[in-house]
Amino acid sequence: METTLNPRAEPKTGRRRSIWFRGLSEVGRWRLLSFGIALILIYVVIALVGPELAPYGPNATNAKATLQPPSSDFWFGTDKFGRDIFSRVLYATRLDLGIAFSVALSAFLIGATIGGLSGYFGGGVDDVVMRVVDVLLAFPAFILAMALTGILGDTVPNVIAAISIAYIPYFVRLTRGEMLRVRTRQYADAAVGVGNPRWRVMLVHLLPNSLTPAFIQVTLVLGWAILDAAGLAFLGLGITPPTAEWGVMVAEGAQRIITGEWWTWLFPGVAIVIIAFAFSIVGDGLRDLLAREER
Amino acid sequence: MPRLLSYLLRRIGLAVVTLAGVVVFVFLLTHILPSNPAALRAGPLADAALIQKYEREMGLDQPIYVQFFRYAQEFLSGNLGESWKTGQPVRQELGDRLPATLELAATAFLIALVVGLSLGVLAAVFAGSWIDQGVRLYATLGAAQALFWLALLMVHVFYYTLGWAPAPLDRLTIGVPEPPQVTGLFTVDSLLAGQFGTFLDALDHLWLPAMVLAFVVSAPIVKMTRGSMLDALNSDYIRTAKAIGVPRRSVVLRDGLRNAFIPILTMIGIVFGYLIAGNVVVEKVFSWAGIGQYAWNALTINDFNAVQGFVILIAVIYVGINLVIDLAYGFIDPRIRLG
Amino acid sequence: MPEPLLQIRSLRMDIRDHERSRSVLLDVNFDVRPNEVMGLVGESGSGKTMTALAIMRLLPPAATASEGKILFGGRDLLALSESEMRQVRGSEIAMIFQNPRASLNPLMRAGDQVARALQLHQDLPRSQLRRRSIELLQHVGISDAEARAKAYPHQLSGGMAQRVLIAIMLACQPALLIADEPTTGLDVTIQAQIFELIKEVQSEAGASLLLITHDLGVVSEVCQRVAVMYAGQIMEQAGVLDLFQRPSHPYTERLLGSILRVDEAKALDTSRAIAFASIDYDNAGCRFANRCPYVLDACWLRRPEPRWLSEGHVVFCHLRNQEAA
Repeated sequence: METTLNPRAEPKTGRRRSIWFRGLSEVGRWRLLSFGIALILIYVVIALVGPELAPYGPNATNAKATLQPPSSDFWFGTDKFGRDIFSRVLYATRLDLGIAFSVALSAFLIGATIGGLSGYFGGGVDDVVMRVVDVLLAFPAFILAMALTGILGDTVPNVIAAISIAYIPYFVRLTRGEMLRVRTRQYADAAVGVGNPRWRVMLVHLLPNSLTPAFIQVTLVLGWAILDAAGLAFLGLGITPPTAEWGVMVAEGAQRIITGEWWTWLFPGVAIVIIAFAFSIVGDGLRDLLAREER
Repeated sequence: MPRLLSYLLRRIGLAVVTLAGVVVFVFLLTHILPSNPAALRAGPLADAALIQKYEREMGLDQPIYVQFFRYAQEFLSGNLGESWKTGQPVRQELGDRLPATLELAATAFLIALVVGLSLGVLAAVFAGSWIDQGVRLYATLGAAQALFWLALLMVHVFYYTLGWAPAPLDRLTIGVPEPPQVTGLFTVDSLLAGQFGTFLDALDHLWLPAMVLAFVVSAPIVKMTRGSMLDALNSDYIRTAKAIGVPRRSVVLRDGLRNAFIPILTMIGIVFGYLIAGNVVVEKVFSWAGIGQYAWNALTINDFNAVQGFVILIAVIYVGINLVIDLAYGFIDPRIRLG
Repeated sequence: MPEPLLQIRSLRMDIRDHERSRSVLLDVNFDVRPNEVMGLVGESGSGKTMTALAIMRLLPPAATASEGKILFGGRDLLALSESEMRQVRGSEIAMIFQNPRASLNPLMRAGDQVARALQLHQDLPRSQLRRRSIELLQHVGISDAEARAKAYPHQLSGGMAQRVLIAIMLACQPALLIADEPTTGLDVTIQAQIFELIKEVQSEAGASLLLITHDLGVVSEVCQRVAVMYAGQIMEQAGVLDLFQRPSHPYTERLLGSILRVDEAKALDTSRAIAFASIDYDNAGCRFANRCPYVLDACWLRRPEPRWLSEGHVVFCHLRNQEAA
């Protein structure tokens, strides 16, 4: 069977417990998880109302106040065009979170469907799907997204598409693996034996049970998507100036690395790291919860 | 057919099929574009005649399958086309820059491996202690990093503030000549030529980007090593080893680590992907003249031949590394070898 | 009466589990004599394995032995340091577990694992290790031992793997062997063979065997004395014959009453059947109280004093104490 001969067959998520599982007490784990969820909620709120609260517009240039360090007027300082960095960071939250959720949702929906169907029907269809997945996984995700974005062009939908395509294979493999595991279980046969048509069994019984590791992967992909989108923007791909996006801002700030105006790149980067951290903690926490229920 | 041999052949076959798929995939990407590659190449100021000339040159006026055959033929003979910008063969340009990337990637990888494995084992052996807490924090932080931002932060701290690192402008200080080319790795070549000054300078420029990359890459290694070791240490055979009085160090190393190593090996293959991706970003921040920077330049000017070559090279390396790991499994794990 | 080899006195073990603490073992008392096979019998969850792990000091980190002593060779095992205990393990007390294939290192050949035990516990020159390990494998009934010594655990059947483990134990030459359900999961025919083997090994080596099992049939065949355990407490301890013919504790009575015999026409007597109830860990008295048909007030308050019915037969029961008074 493929799994025994090829230990790499399935990416290792879902079933493995998180790094915090054996270390923290029950209370500690819940606290960590709540902390992560709280951070995510804060970001969502900022995404929704941030633009209203921002003291300046994202593109409001101010030739007299370029490259100012943080002050009471400009909490995060200003960039080379005199734009208020704090406001731009707030505005960028909406864009970056939007990208993250879009990527995670599309990759999950498309990937889980393909994976579930492929695992259920097996045979030639499954073989072809797995070969295509192998090809897509022959590239590191970021490199693939890089190439796709470069070729498709620099727009937000293209970035979302490029990153989603890079992560779809993960979901395909996860769901297919679960589907294979679940399909041979006795309750599936029982359901068919009692008279349920096969398609109904698949949809109602098998598919939902195959989705658990995929859900955990979603939280991970949320974080990775932001890091990738920002990383691409940093390289000048996908989202470009003057759009207010965290990666774009870091790229613009990078030009000032030698002259020392650290505030131009530090704050947007911190925004990225905090939300990536939060998604990572929530993903780990979910894995803990689901691992325990599994027994 | 002996089980090991059939396993090896299967894995190699799979890798070959995958690479074939990669070639097709990359071709499709760059030739079934929304935009006209010839027009992109000719630039925004070109007239129709120039575009047509390029179309003929690039074979774009031919039916798609003819184009593909030409492309596949070229690929199999090792020809990756010419860069649209410089006209030089892409293969050569990549080859020139590959050592720089290797120097950076290999150094970072070695550091990450040593640090990651040791921390992971320590955390598992002292599970629950403050050592463990610290290591877990390290891994969680490292995993959530935006590498490009972290690199900037490190440059700011170590170059701008502390002055411990040189300016992030490529591999040697301006004015220092490159050592005579043997391997292409400046550190090695300068040592071979006895140029210690150059060696130190190369090292001086290497340590910071390598450390930054190593930090981010070590995080998943730590996580996986710790998890794998914990699983091994909680296993029944460890219990038996303890029950017959095997000394502690032997239990950890002989029974624990050797068994934990197998899933760790898998993970190293995956981590390599992060390394390659991370390299691109780090090369940009530090102006490191490797293939990552080459690819980035090519992308911004739509030099598709160069990008195509880069992407294929990456895929070949990545698939190759994972294949080597899979083959290693065949030899290490008796359950695969003997069935 | 010979001096006991192992004496457990008032052993108490707590396990921290999600902020709660449970006394998995409470006031455990029993002895193992030299050169005998002692059975430790009980349902799952009765604490038998925990007791064995406590003797070996191989407990999970969440468990603490908070009271009591385990006396062996004149020393309290609970008071030893970890490195001192490591000297004891293997050379003086050795243990084999359920699930034999999982108990062997998957990456080491069977012969090498036996050789390693030999190297640790016997003073043999290196050149002799290989020969001796093959001899041991033969001794435990593995045919074609030389070939089998080169095999990896996944290539062995369950029964063979257990034999390898027994060989490893033999190599250690301990004074006390502990076997925790050594035949669970094995074929019935293999089970019989393994028990034969264990008995042989024990009597040849002049060692004692503490056999942990839930199977009363096995106890009657293999053991000389037996202790009955329930919910982390010892209910009764006696010679096997005594226990089967004159059970004293209400729990033991019902345990034995549940055995149906082919040669007796006996209707299933449900008049004194026990109600099912989960283990009451908060009860510091006798934990059988919530299921005992003869329960008294005292049973909820404190542990019964031991009552000696005859030489070697002791029962812990308030009712029996009351009857005697």
